Amino acid sequence: MSTTRTILICSGKGGVGKTTTTANLGIALARSGASTVVLDADFGLRNLDLLLGLENRIVYTAQEVLAESCRLEQALVKHKQEPNLALLPAGNPRMLEWLTPKDMQAIVALLEEQFDYVLIDCPAGIEDGFKNAAAAAREALVITTPEVAAVRDADRVIGLLNTQGISPVQLVLNRVRPKMMSSQEMLSVDDVTDILALPLLGLVFEDEQVIVSTNRGEPLTLSDGNSPAARAYSNIAGRLQGEEIPLLDPAKMRRGLRAKMRELMQTKIF
Amino acid sequence: MTLKDLIDKLLGRQPASADTARQRLQLVLAHDRSDLNPELLEQMRREILEVVSRYVEIDLSETDVSLETEDRVTALVANLPIRRTL
Ligand SMILES: Nc1ncnc2c1ncn2[C@@H]1O[C@H](COP(=O)(O)OP(=O)(O)O)[C@@H](O)[C@H]1O
Ligand SMILES: [Mg+2]
Repeated sequence: MSTTRTILICSGKGGVGKTTTTANLGIALARSGASTVVLDADFGLRNLDLLLGLENRIVYTAQEVLAESCRLEQALVKHKQEPNLALLPAGNPRMLEWLTPKDMQAIVALLEEQFDYVLIDCPAGIEDGFKNAAAAAREALVITTPEVAAVRDADRVIGLLNTQGISPVQLVLNRVRPKMMSSQEMLSVDDVTDILALPLLGLVFEDEQVIVSTNRGEPLTLSDGNSPAARAYSNIAGRLQGEEIPLLDPAKMRRGLRAKMRELMQTKIF
Repeated sequence: MTLKDLIDKLLGRQPASADTARQRLQLVLAHDRSDLNPELLEQMRREILEVVSRYVEIDLSETDVSLETEDRVTALVANLPIRRTL
């Protein structure tokens, strides 16, 4: 059996950061020396190519690989600055009509022959697209934000991952706003991890640099940039590889008198 | 209750929205996870009361049947106080 780690990046709800996480984590793992492939399983709304800046270099896709009209090597797009990373692009949206879990397993089995990490960028929802992508995964990262709808949808997905025997399933909490958390206008980190009962692999703050980096097609982890999200994604990659990197507690980030006042206000009186 | 909650209450202010979010989530997830909607739960509650009432006299004003969740395990919790029969 291969020792490749095949990880599904999923969330249930759309727009919470699956593709952003896949791109940044892929680059960070590759930079640490692990040969990594990111698989765009969001055939309906493919975007991973764009976030990685590889959209102009796609010749073949997973579709041609499955149809055996090209070899895997021809479809893989190697990242220029980070040659340890390759993208297997999503095919035509019409693939959704015929793709089965078996097809995804076949593609992933090919990738597992030559990569240390296979990251699968999952589509939103819990229908066929999700089921196909999940069929090929061994472990999963569930991405959520501290918002009620995202947490509810994450819960649905976690239930499905559990019934499929995917393990471990770990949590990434994205778009955290420490200020709102400390004034209790946003679900806290503990609230979310308690409700979902998953180990927390990382926290990513709301960070404008995420948008800047997507504009450029250069994931934050590509350079030694020091924005909060860049650090968060590098830390997630480190923890995934077994490094012990402490988690920040956004509630304790604010110091000084105002933070002290807040703490006082949060003490339980009865 | 925290100091802030008390002050909010005294001033008639709304509680912080994170608390409301957490409570709403816990409730909706208990229903999602068990695939029970409030209507079915109510029907089940009535049937449980009916069965139990055949054996003991219960205090109908104090009964409580609800879903509670901890660590992804959802339980149906029924609290049915029995009237003392003298
Ligand atoms: N930590 C973050 N800070 C700011 N913006 C973010 C962050 N994470 C994601 N975004 C933005 O949220 C949007 C959705 O992200 P994306 O990764 O495409 O989500 P998904 O793949 O889950 O649909 C994008 O516009 C992205 O730039
Ligand atoms: Mg996406």
